[in-house]
Amino acid sequence: MTADQIIFLLCALLILGSSIMVVTTRKLIHAALWLVVALFGVAILFAILQAGFLAVVQVVVYIGAIAILFIFAVMLTRKEMLDDLPGKSGAQTRSNDLLRKSWLPALLGLLILAGLVFLILGQPTLGRTAATMPEGVDTLRNLGTALVSPDAFVLPFEVASVLLLAALVGAVYVAAGNNK
Amino acid sequence: MSIPLNWYLILAAALFCIGMFGVLSRKNAIAILLGVELMLNAVNINLVAFWRYLDPAKMAGQVFAIIVFAVAAAEVAVGLALIISVYRRRKTVVADEIDLMKW
Repeated sequence: MTADQIIFLLCALLILGSSIMVVTTRKLIHAALWLVVALFGVAILFAILQAGFLAVVQVVVYIGAIAILFIFAVMLTRKEMLDDLPGKSGAQTRSNDLLRKSWLPALLGLLILAGLVFLILGQPTLGRTAATMPEGVDTLRNLGTALVSPDAFVLPFEVASVLLLAALVGAVYVAAGNNK
Repeated sequence: MSIPLNWYLILAAALFCIGMFGVLSRKNAIAILLGVELMLNAVNINLVAFWRYLDPAKMAGQVFAIIVFAVAAAEVAVGLALIISVYRRRKTVVADEIDLMKW
C-alpha cells in the first residue's frame, strides 16, 4: 500500500464519516458545519486527482458561499433548528419515531449501494490505475481555452451564466417577501 | 497515482447513497437540501475521476464539473429563498406541513 492510497483512504474516511454526521445529527447548525468538513474532503480528492482549479473552486464556491448560505438559512429559521416536530410525548418516543421513519430510506440506500458496488466491481477495466500526466500539458490553460473556444464548450458556459443570472434574480424576488 | 479507478467510484456511490438517505429521511426542508448537496458532490467526484483516468488531455470532465458547480449554486440560492419565503408566511420549514399544493 503506497502513500497515495493511505492518503486516499484517510480522505474517504473523513468524507464518509462527516457526511453520515450531516444526515444523522439532530441540530441543523451542526449538520451544516459537518457539511463543510465533507466538502473540504472532496476538495482534497480533487487535489489528489490533479484538478487544482476545481479544488480551489470547491473551497471558494461550496464552502465559502453555499455552506455559509445554509448556515444563514438555518439561523433565519431558528425556531425549527432541531430537526423534529415538537414531541407530543417524551424523548424516548421521539427517538423511536425517528427509527421507525428512517429504516426504509436506510434499506433503500444500502440496496442501491450494494447494487452499484456489484456493478463497479464487475467491470475489470475499472480497476486500472491512471497513466502519468503527459509531459507539458497545462491543464489550467487547457481548461480556460476549452471554456471560451467556439468549437469546445463556449455554449454550455454561456448557458450556465444565464442560469446563474436567472437564479440570482429569482432568489432576490422570492426572498424579498413584501411584493404583494 | 497508484489508486485504482474503482476506489473513487465506490466512494462516490457511498456518498451518493448517504445523501439519498438524508433526502428521504429528513423532515426539515433545509436538511433535505443538505442531502442534495452531498449527492451533487458524489457526481462531481465521478466526473473528475473519469476525466483524470480516461482522457486528461481533453477537458470535458472538468467543464462538466464546473457546470455542476453552477447548477448547485443556483439550486441552493433559489431553494433557500423559497424556504425562507415559506417560513415567513407559514412559520414552518417541515416538508410534511407544506402541503398547500397537495391535491
